[in-house]
Amino acid sequence: MYNEENCRFAKTHEWAYKEGDVAVVGISNHAQEEISDIVFVDLPKVGTQAVAGKNCCVIESVKSASEIYAPVSGEIVEVNEALNADPALVNREPHAGGWLFKIKMTNPAEFDALLDVNAYKATIQK
Amino acid sequence: MTQKLKKTPLAARCEQAGGKMVDFHGWLMPVQFAGILAEHKAVREHAGMFDVSHMGQIFVEGLNAWPFLQYINCNNIKNGPAEGTYSHILTEKGTIIDDAISFCLAPEQFLVVVNAACIDEDFAWMKKQAKKFNVTVRNESSKWGMIAVQGPEAVDIVNKLLPGVADLPRFHISPLTMFEVDGYVTRTGYTGEDGVEIMLPADKIGLLWDTLLQCGVVPCGLGARDVLRLEAGYLLNGADADQTRTPYEANCGWVVKLAKENFIGKDILAAQKAAGLKEKLTAFVLTSPGVPRTGCKVFVGDKEKGTLTSGTYSPLFKGIAVGYADTDLTVGQDVEIEIHGKRAKAQVVKTPFYKNRV
Repeated sequence: MYNEENCRFAKTHEWAYKEGDVAVVGISNHAQEEISDIVFVDLPKVGTQAVAGKNCCVIESVKSASEIYAPVSGEIVEVNEALNADPALVNREPHAGGWLFKIKMTNPAEFDALLDVNAYKATIQK
Repeated sequence: MTQKLKKTPLAARCEQAGGKMVDFHGWLMPVQFAGILAEHKAVREHAGMFDVSHMGQIFVEGLNAWPFLQYINCNNIKNGPAEGTYSHILTEKGTIIDDAISFCLAPEQFLVVVNAACIDEDFAWMKKQAKKFNVTVRNESSKWGMIAVQGPEAVDIVNKLLPGVADLPRFHISPLTMFEVDGYVTRTGYTGEDGVEIMLPADKIGLLWDTLLQCGVVPCGLGARDVLRLEAGYLLNGADADQTRTPYEANCGWVVKLAKENFIGKDILAAQKAAGLKEKLTAFVLTSPGVPRTGCKVFVGDKEKGTLTSGTYSPLFKGIAVGYADTDLTVGQDVEIEIHGKRAKAQVVKTPFYKNRV
């Protein structure tokens, strides 16, 4: 489950925490506030390979499309199907029910290289 | 960067009301307040207000004011007392400089309300054409503030502040006095809902904003305005219409009155009408999930058929868009729209997407 201590963040506003060798990925509260009214999440396909730092998902708000980058590399093993019916779940619960996808990590060092919560907060308080 | 942006007399109030301010054609304008979906709902169900002070007010005066406007507009400009007419102002090639509403204030005095991004070009064009007509053209855009109050409850709310507004017919103008200054109210808007637009001197428009807020009118930004106008099938000048497109191509043939004696671009439009169009502005609704955007390509099989000029998520109709496409597409036809490298299913439809009260 998401909590600030076990979570790591990408500078591009994705969060990830580990469930064994799987990383659960979502976007930060700051990111959902910036994107605002989310109306569609174009989730990646289960079985595809995500590459750390590369676009693997698109979040559409009324106004714009935002690319979501994989924080770590590996196979997409699960996506949050609930978002197909209720994309605004990402706005309401960015850290819980609004998670996006799970990646079976091929390089756990990528996870360790992500920002901790304080370092991430520092990047958004500029 | 923001220091260089022009500010309307309501910019500070918009920020104070929680407006997220962005650069809109060189103006610092609110893209949203509480959220685009909430603001859209307010306008469709109750009443919302928009700061449209960036729009232009150009006064045309003189014995030949009406013949002059007839010459620079392709539509038949009405010259009865208080009547307003939506029209396009065209180049000599018949292409669209701007879309604007001309209001008859007096037999020899008209007010033309134009798009913010076109004020300078419209004014220069009008001054140039005015030489043949002995009329005075005066740009008062910076002197006026303007608020659009829109929605099914808008007229009732404004009528309490300005008794008589409810009797003003659609597309008519009336002088008004508020806060001890003179201004104008028009029964117009760009949302597909009933409503009014109120012009007051720039230093007094803030008092109207404050009063409307107290009346429960919801402040709305450009984001909601774009969804509302696209649902209503209205053009966004600069996106859906520009100096490469004629009114016929923009699917606005109804504003072209070829029976008029003469107007700029008439011969070219007459020839285009006779020859037929290759492309015209065409409307699409997505039948699969996704949000179509400006620049997305339209396909039938492997054949590219057009490019979107506006697209958004509509709370009423989901993915909606317009774009220039081959005229061989027909209403009801299935097409595909490429979004982020993937094909989404869509259908050709008629505009407006939304037709309700006006």
